[in-house]
Amino acid sequence: MEQMVAAAGLGDILEKVKAGERLGFADGVRLYKSNDILAVGYLANLVRERFNGNRAYFIYNQHINYSNICTNLCKFCAFGKDKESAQAYEMTVEQVKAKVRERLAYQYYLDMLRGIKEVRPEIHIQAFTCVEIAHLATLAGKSVTETLKELVAAGLGSIPGGGAEVFSPRIRKRTCEKKLSGEGWLEVAKAAHRLGLKSNATMLYGHIETVEERVEHLAALREAQDETGGFLTFIPLAFHPKNTELHELAKTTGLDDLKNIAVARCFLDNFPHIKAYWVMIGPKLAQVALSFGADDVDGTVKEELITHMAGGEAGGAMADTELIRLIRDAGRQPVERDTLYNVIREH
Amino acid sequence: MDLQRITEKGLAGERLTADEGLVLLEKGDLYQLGFLANAIRRRKHPEPVVTYVVDRNINYTDICISACKFCAFFKAPEDPAGSVLSFAELGEKIEETKALGGTQILLQGGLHPDKPLEFYEEMLRFIKGHGIHIHGFSPPEVCHFASLSGLPVLEVLIRLQQAGLDSIPGGGAEILCDRVRRETAPRKGLTDAWLGVMEEAHGLGMRTTATMMFGHLETYAERIEHLARVRALQDKTGGFTAFIPWPFQPDNTALAHLPKTTAFAYLKMLAISRIFLDNIDNIQASWVTQGPKIAQLSLFFGANDFGSTMIEENVVAAAGVGFRLSEQEIRALVEGAGCVPRQRRMDYSLV
Repeated sequence: MEQMVAAAGLGDILEKVKAGERLGFADGVRLYKSNDILAVGYLANLVRERFNGNRAYFIYNQHINYSNICTNLCKFCAFGKDKESAQAYEMTVEQVKAKVRERLAYQYYLDMLRGIKEVRPEIHIQAFTCVEIAHLATLAGKSVTETLKELVAAGLGSIPGGGAEVFSPRIRKRTCEKKLSGEGWLEVAKAAHRLGLKSNATMLYGHIETVEERVEHLAALREAQDETGGFLTFIPLAFHPKNTELHELAKTTGLDDLKNIAVARCFLDNFPHIKAYWVMIGPKLAQVALSFGADDVDGTVKEELITHMAGGEAGGAMADTELIRLIRDAGRQPVERDTLYNVIREH
Repeated sequence: MDLQRITEKGLAGERLTADEGLVLLEKGDLYQLGFLANAIRRRKHPEPVVTYVVDRNINYTDICISACKFCAFFKAPEDPAGSVLSFAELGEKIEETKALGGTQILLQGGLHPDKPLEFYEEMLRFIKGHGIHIHGFSPPEVCHFASLSGLPVLEVLIRLQQAGLDSIPGGGAEILCDRVRRETAPRKGLTDAWLGVMEEAHGLGMRTTATMMFGHLETYAERIEHLARVRALQDKTGGFTAFIPWPFQPDNTALAHLPKTTAFAYLKMLAISRIFLDNIDNIQASWVTQGPKIAQLSLFFGANDFGSTMIEENVVAAAGVGFRLSEQEIRALVEGAGCVPRQRRMDYSLV
């Protein structure tokens, strides 16, 4: 099989991967530009098995999108609504009045965390992307670190990887001008890591970004991870155009999706996990991705709004038994984990 | 038996035995199978071209006496919901197909209890009046017409051909192993009957495809037996243009309790088909059961053809699978895989 990788013109990268050597920028670009998905996947699978053996993780989890009111209104998002919009919603914490909430907005988030902990004290709350946390710090008039400390005291357990999009300023200017910058995103993540919080990282691919911009994004994450070691998982997110301002763009194909998983696995040599998020790429491809670099398929999810509003076609929930079957049928060992990758049960 | 040696045989273009095929299916990993199938596909088709046909599946009736356990489409003869398409409806569907650049129709229906052979001849002549290639009547239908009319299969085929039938689709093959056929579709013809119709048709100069519906009650050995039977007939006649393996879709069928074949298992079976069937030129991806993402990936696991655009499809849809793709989407998927999409006809000549 190594012959096949060499025949695809990736023999030198194979040597690096086998030696555990770090890939350079140009290697990343070449992997992205190769159409030989089997060769790229084979490389990623070597790295995947080195990091995670035959294990494939999943989690019994639930997503809650507490509000769709958003000041950023990114062009690639079909979920966010202006607060005047008829479709805007916000889940109330004990019927806090709208006017009061505006003035005490920051308190709302702390109350929400405490409220969840009251109902389920043992539950781990992974919440608020780096973008939301920067926004909360502004609302509170406090530093990011101070804000994070207060959120942790109220019950925050870890931070999901959203809002990273593509770090390139060119892309952010054209798609989400009002959003926190890439540098800002990384600063929040690193501040959280320094407080002992773990977080994930994402990349929203398949819109107007170039291959080089993707590799730059991965390189920035790799550098931050060298510094703090606080990232658990990288999750490539496939852009879903329907109902967004970029609706004229085509959906990502299976090849795009697998390539983003595989290249990330080869390039991010300091990330323990790569996730194939089945809600975005469908359960079929997520299963196959377990051989193309991914070691995690996310979880039961139960409720998902953001991808579905943008035309995502995978169901909103999956039984754990079905996840286990898919993993096993792909020749991997199903491992149920918690948010921080502590093993709950090996199946 | 050593996987490495089998792989080398495959790469060298040597024919695999049934035992070797079985070892590959049982023990080959995704990359071994993918790399080998892809190499064979490239040897057979050095140009990075992926073909597809623009057509429509027309099911002239859903009334069927066969009652196969894996089917969610049929209506029993006593069920008032069953129907037969009128010629007017047929005509409309054909004109729509032609307007969309269609070159053929796939005409298949249930085994209707009492329509005489003349009914089908008339239907063929009517369709032929619209000037379109008719890819129609799978072997179980032909056998059914033969038994209702009391005529031999060869004579039925000659009459259908004279009335306008151009080629025969490979449906109804399911698994070409009598044990499986008796358990899943006891009223349908056995293996030799299916192969017999194809052999006679090839003898009359009609090209046909072959299918395999896997992932229900069959064993791995029985899947290989299926491939071996198809390969043996192809050695004899050379009449098969393509092979189409697709996984059983259990929803709404009598076998709904069975787990659905996963994408991983599909890709492996597809690759084995490409590797084992060394005398069949084309392998089709089943996007209608697998969806666009896995179908695109199929192009790296042995498939060189995207099958049909299926302007209309009813049978798989009845089993709860809803993938739809336009010609434009198919072309984009092919291009995204670094290949060139080309519209073809049934015989694989390019349009």
